[in-house]
Amino acid sequence: MSATLTRAPALRVRGIAKAFGDTPVLRGVDFDVAAGTVFALLGSNGAGKTTLIRILATLLRADSGRALVLDHDAESDPEAVRRAISLTGQFAAVDDVLTGRENLRLVARLRRLDGPTRVADEMLRRFSLVEAGDRRAGEYSGGMRRRLDIAMSLVGDPPILFLDEPTTGLDPQFRLEVWSLVRSLADAGTTVLLTTQYLDEAEHLADRIAILHEGRIVQEGTLAELRALLPKRPPVLIEPEPTLEDVFLALVAPSAPEDAADQEARS
Amino acid sequence: MTTHAIADAGVLTARSVRHILRSPDTIITTAVTPIALMLLFVYVLGGAISTGGAGAYIDYMLPGILLITVASGVAYTAYRLFLDRQSGIFERFRSMPISRSSALWAHVVTSMLANLVSVAVVVGVALLIGFRSSASFGAWLAVFGVIALFTLALTWIAVVAGLAAKSVDGASAFSYPLIFLPFISSAFVPTDTMPGPVAWFAEHQPVTAIVDSLRSLLAGVAVGAEIWVALAWLLAILVLAAVGAALLVRR
Repeated sequence: MSATLTRAPALRVRGIAKAFGDTPVLRGVDFDVAAGTVFALLGSNGAGKTTLIRILATLLRADSGRALVLDHDAESDPEAVRRAISLTGQFAAVDDVLTGRENLRLVARLRRLDGPTRVADEMLRRFSLVEAGDRRAGEYSGGMRRRLDIAMSLVGDPPILFLDEPTTGLDPQFRLEVWSLVRSLADAGTTVLLTTQYLDEAEHLADRIAILHEGRIVQEGTLAELRALLPKRPPVLIEPEPTLEDVFLALVAPSAPEDAADQEARS
Repeated sequence: MTTHAIADAGVLTARSVRHILRSPDTIITTAVTPIALMLLFVYVLGGAISTGGAGAYIDYMLPGILLITVASGVAYTAYRLFLDRQSGIFERFRSMPISRSSALWAHVVTSMLANLVSVAVVVGVALLIGFRSSASFGAWLAVFGVIALFTLALTWIAVVAGLAAKSVDGASAFSYPLIFLPFISSAFVPTDTMPGPVAWFAEHQPVTAIVDSLRSLLAGVAVGAEIWVALAWLLAILVLAAVGAALLVRR
């Protein structure tokens, strides 16, 4: 926690407001995200999470307020912002006609990296997609598509990553994979802003959590700080029982992470 | 900056050309309907149509068939653009540090290439069933130029449709009236056989000017003022559609 306080913010959001027609979606959002940390925006459907991410990713203009990404203003200097960020949207944005390898090579070329083929191969290895690399992405299972999607976002190692509901619609195993991936990215210095409607996801992953409700951040802090908001409950004795998730993972865990599991998940 | 924009558009054009190469049926289906129409008009209806000219009927109607080819081909342009928007990949490109217009230009260039291939296929079939032209090399160049400009103008209409559409069907619906327009023009029969109001419409809509220009060029005869009318129509459509697309992208 002391580390998060000493580093300069990678993202500064000040008074961002946005309405669609007469419907206000964001009503003045403020928060900072320290470099190299994971920040979770927690909110139910329609809370404005995606709208906020789209504003930070320069896909949408705010009606008022400022968003600074590594000190670049999203409104006045969107190109500098786009160089610093990568966006993984709610639905896997992959090219179904191209193979996994071609998708990665395409992003590497657009980011003007040296050796796009080498970069693509490296990503396929990192995301256990080597065997599926020459198949069309349209034939992938949901989990594989999501992996390819995130891999495409990481090509070129952008310092800031926006993940909009990265685990929605994923099976529990791959959910854990995404979690450990996000943690390792943050440990390597990437700043991650993620949105989620799963409380446990925020709890597991985030250095800081902000709760977005009806267009405003109603509370923000570390998990411990948020917990301290409610009075401590008296201790109760509970028999430790395995959760259904524990059971499920124990039953299906040891198979290969790539094709076998995914093919089954699909059928 | 500009060289970057061209490089980005090049990378993205290679991508959408690959889409077409992986499903070449889009080029074939684009060419099949005009070829079927051509056979129908030449071998079934053509014998009863009097164009008042000396040449073969196929020489008379080929320009109209080529316009129909392009009008049905651009439906795929709108379709591909719509799919990019729907799949989220358009959004991905727009959040990347690349030139913002490159994603659109890639579709435009791909549309030009695909439609010109379809047009070439149709011209090839026309040659097989007896189409002959006495046009000079310069006249052929002019024919190419007019068809390319027509394709470009219709492509930008397709871009507007692809950007504005809310469904796959909506994305390609714009092409139906465009495909129909040549039938109410001088493309298949001379306009003076049509009743008054229809003839008036036929003579004042862009297809007649374009078709008449192409026909004169292909016949190797002097082109009248209609070429300027045709070019004015095409440039006006092109500018309007491109401005419309730019506004939609900014939205």
